Amino acid sequence: MGAPQARFVRLAETDRARVTIRVDGVDVEALAGDTLLVAVLTYQGWLRRSEFGGEARSGFCLMAACQDCWVWTEAGDRLRACDTPVRAGLSILTEQPDTSWPIRG
Amino acid sequence: MANPRVIIIGAGSAGVRAAQTLVEGGMRPIVIDESARDGGQIYRRQPEGFSRPKSALYGSETARAEALHSTFDDLKSRIDYRPRHLAWNIADGHVHVVHEGASDALPYDALIIAAGATDRLMPVKGWHFAGAYSLGAAQIALKAQASAIGRRVIFMGTGPLLQLVASQYVKAGAKVVAVLDTSPFSAQIKALPKLIARPDVLFKGIKLVAGLKLSGVPVLRGITPLEIHGDAETGVTGVSVRLASGEIRRFEGDAVGLGYHLRPETQLADLAQCAFDFDAQTRQFRPRIDIDGRTSVANVYLAGDGVLTQGADGAEISGRLAAFAALADLGHAMPDSRINTLRQDRARMELFREGLAEAFPWPHSLAAGIPDEAIVCRCEGVRASELRGVALEKGASELNRAKAFSRVGMGRCQGRYCGHAAAEIVAAATGLPLEKVGRLRGQAPVKPLAISTRRVDS
Repeated sequence: MGAPQARFVRLAETDRARVTIRVDGVDVEALAGDTLLVAVLTYQGWLRRSEFGGEARSGFCLMAACQDCWVWTEAGDRLRACDTPVRAGLSILTEQPDTSWPIRG
Repeated sequence: MANPRVIIIGAGSAGVRAAQTLVEGGMRPIVIDESARDGGQIYRRQPEGFSRPKSALYGSETARAEALHSTFDDLKSRIDYRPRHLAWNIADGHVHVVHEGASDALPYDALIIAAGATDRLMPVKGWHFAGAYSLGAAQIALKAQASAIGRRVIFMGTGPLLQLVASQYVKAGAKVVAVLDTSPFSAQIKALPKLIARPDVLFKGIKLVAGLKLSGVPVLRGITPLEIHGDAETGVTGVSVRLASGEIRRFEGDAVGLGYHLRPETQLADLAQCAFDFDAQTRQFRPRIDIDGRTSVANVYLAGDGVLTQGADGAEISGRLAAFAALADLGHAMPDSRINTLRQDRARMELFREGLAEAFPWPHSLAAGIPDEAIVCRCEGVRASELRGVALEKGASELNRAKAFSRVGMGRCQGRYCGHAAAEIVAAATGLPLEKVGRLRGQAPVKPLAISTRRVDS
C-alpha cells in the first residue's frame, strides 16, 4: 500500500524543525509549530470518523468552535486537534479507545 | 467601589482595546481568552518559529494588526491575562472558567464579553464530507499554518470573506477552482450608498475582486448551491451549482470553503440573561445593546463581532466604548469628546455593516430547497427530513422543541453551524415567520467539558 493521500498542502514555512508524532501507531513526520490537525492532514486525508454516520471527517472550523476534530490519546484523553500543538512523541488515536457509541442505522 | 473586579472575555480586536481603555482608566482587568495567543481570529498570530512577515499575513491591515499586537504586549504586565482559559458559563455574577481540567468561578463587578463570531452556514447536500470547511477555517489554515485546505479549492457562499480568502489563497500559490457567490451583483450595486460610508474598504473590496478575475479565477455571482459531491471515504470531489442563467455547472475539486458572512457568538450573553431582539435584515436574534455596548443587564457589556458584525475596525471602537461605559457606570469621570468621536465612528461602521448585509444577503430562501436527505446537523448526522418531520408531524415548530425531538442543535457544536439554518428550515416547512420559530437558547457549558473537569475555588 502506498502512502496515504494528504489533504492539506503546505505552501510556505517548510524549513521548520521536524517533529515525529504517532498516528494510530504509525510514525508521522510533522513540523514544529504545526497544530495536530495540520500534522495529520498533511499526512492523510482525514482525522476521525463520524460517530453517527461513520464517514471520514477532517475538521470543519479550525477555530475551536465545531468540535469536529477530536482525536484521542492512548490513555483515552480527548484532544481538539485544531488547537493542540504537536510535540515530539505525541501518540494519538483517531478512534476513541474502549468506547462504543450508538451508531445510527 | 474599591478595586472593582472587571473581567473581559476575549483577546481579539474588541477585547484588547477594552483592556487598554480599562488600564488607562486605572483598572487591572482579568482578560480570559480561549486561545494560546492574543489577536482573535482576524489578527491571529502565527506560531513561534514561523517566519513570514506580517504583511504576508495581514495584507492591507498589517499596520492595524501590528498596533493591536504591540498594544497587547505592552498591556500584559498591567492586566491579569489568562490565555487557554475557556469561559463556559455565566451565572449569579460569576464567570465560570476552565483551564487544564480545573474550573473556577470568578466574581465580577463589570463584565465585557467580546466573544467574536464564527462563519454563518447554510447546509448543502454533502457538506459533511471530509474536505468541506468553513471559510474561516480555510483562512486560518493559511494564516496560522501556511497550508491550503486542498489541492484544488472551491469557495462557495457569500460575504466579504468569500473573495478575501479566495484572493489570499491565489496570492499564496494555492489553486482556486472557482468563487461561487450566492449574492447577485445587483445587490452590491444597491448597497453602494451604505458601503460608501467606508470608501477605503469599499475600494479594497473592488480591487480584490478585480485581482481575482485577472488571475483567471472564475467569480460567478447569483449562483444556487446544489450539492457537494464526494464519498464517505475520500471526501469532497466537486461541487454542483445552478448559475444565474439557469445552467447547472459542476466544478471538480478536493476541498470547499463555505460560509455566508458571520454570526455572533452570543451564548455567554444569553447565559448572562441579556435580552435579545430579532433583526429582520439579517434574520437573526441579537443581544440588545445601546451605542456603547450596554446590555439589558446591569454591568454586562458586549463588544465586537460577538454582538454586531462591524468587522475588526468596528470591534476596536466598540471595545473602547464598552470599557468607557463600564468605567462610567463604576463612577469614573469620562472624556466626553473622545467618546463622542468613537460613537460617530461607530455609527459609520454600523452603516457599513448594514450595507454589507444588503450586498451579501443571508440566502434564507435556500432552506426550503435543501433536499430531505441532506444532513443539517453535521455533529450527529441528522437529516433535513427528520427536522421537517418533527416540525410538521409533532408540532415542534419552536426551535428548542424541534431540537429536543430531532437533536438538531444538540450536538457538540451546540448549534453554532446548524442553528440559524435549522430555524429557516422549520420556518419554511411550517410557513411560520422566523421570529416565531425563535432561536436556540444558549446552554452551559458553551463548549463541551471533559467529564473529569474538577472544581477549584480561588
